[in-house]
Amino acid sequence: MQLAKEVKYLIHKEVLLEWRSKYTINGVLLYVVSTIFTCYLSFVSLGDKLTWNALFWIIMLFASINGVSKSFLQETKGQQLYSYILASPAAILISKTVYNTLLMLVLTTIALGFYTLVFDSFTPPDLMMYYIAVVLGSISFSTVFTMVSAIASKAGNGGMLMAILSFPIIIPVLILLIKLAKNAVDGLPWENSYDEIAMLLVVNVLVVATSLLLFPYLWRD
Amino acid sequence: MKKTWWKILASVLVVYTAIAGLLLGVPRLAILNETIRNLYFHVPMWFAMIVLFSISVFYSIKSLSTKSEIDDIKAVESVNAGIIFGLLGLVTGAIWAKYTWGQFWSFDPKQNFAAISVLLYFAYLILRNAIDEEQKRAKISAIYNIFAFPMMVVLLFVLPRLKDSLHPGNGGNPGFNSYDLDSRMRMVFYPACLGWILIGYWVYTIRFRIRSIENKQQHN
Repeated sequence: MQLAKEVKYLIHKEVLLEWRSKYTINGVLLYVVSTIFTCYLSFVSLGDKLTWNALFWIIMLFASINGVSKSFLQETKGQQLYSYILASPAAILISKTVYNTLLMLVLTTIALGFYTLVFDSFTPPDLMMYYIAVVLGSISFSTVFTMVSAIASKAGNGGMLMAILSFPIIIPVLILLIKLAKNAVDGLPWENSYDEIAMLLVVNVLVVATSLLLFPYLWRD
Repeated sequence: MKKTWWKILASVLVVYTAIAGLLLGVPRLAILNETIRNLYFHVPMWFAMIVLFSISVFYSIKSLSTKSEIDDIKAVESVNAGIIFGLLGLVTGAIWAKYTWGQFWSFDPKQNFAAISVLLYFAYLILRNAIDEEQKRAKISAIYNIFAFPMMVVLLFVLPRLKDSLHPGNGGNPGFNSYDLDSRMRMVFYPACLGWILIGYWVYTIRFRIRSIENKQQHN
């Protein structure tokens, strides 16, 4: 019960901090929009729907690395110490993950809308399933990147380490996501995608479980 | 003798499999032909790698609770030895692929995932280089190692089954069990696995001893 209360307060704190400055959300949003716009200017048109899908996920991958890595890298030493005194490590990790998931959900939804608007030559026939892929993508990106950004911030070597450490871990997830999204783009029946959806959920549970086990060791300096 | 018997066993087994693997009879199969013998040299590399990485995770977990430097060195040296076997596995696989699939690297899912899992451990080594403070390095890299291990298992054993691969044992291609109807291959394959795993462990112990001597010299 104590944990749930702490998580609730911490999420509230994160949202409040973000709401005051609106730095991360606006920054990453501008990042996504300008990336999509740059892609539009360089591709002009995407004839192939598979390229359409792959490009979307690559843009999302980099946007989420930028968005989620802020969660630990941005905090000062003092801020971290303060929250560590007040809350349990599990609560900190869960709250950051949940907050990042919410952030990514908002971002990916807006990005998907803008993406379909700019590259209007094509929309997935099964939008519902594509959106489920997007939701699962937001969850998996935030679970993996939250933990990796915690590791990278402790190593004290920000951006580059974040990319090196997270890419090999995120690639299997990304492959599953692209496969699932491709099923939606091809308009396949739902039965064909249950494997991928189940696998993504399993990977997420695995990542969250190991993060929860390891995080208490990580934050204790 | 008591301490070295397994080293002798490993050498005998590997020499035996090298000779018997090239000379003993194998089933005649289309496309594969004589390349089927690569089974004795390619697959044991992955077994050795998995065993070494498991040793590494074991010592990483141990070093988180004991905080001893020895456990940390054991963890990193077993990764170093495991990566050698991973690279050898990729190379033997690529050479085999040249003669059966026509290309060294055809971006088959199995090849890709194996390469990514080796990348994972290169990232581990780079993470270690990025941190100067010894205790901090031990702790953070142990955490990354434990975090990455389940992902490697997913990459090597689960994901290739979801994709269509040309690799034997995947996508409806016959695997090892259907080759050896007369169990001639078992006579070589199992000793080869055991032999290479022991050799891998031997490499790891040697590397560990060199590293601890170096460490001692630095501290004095």
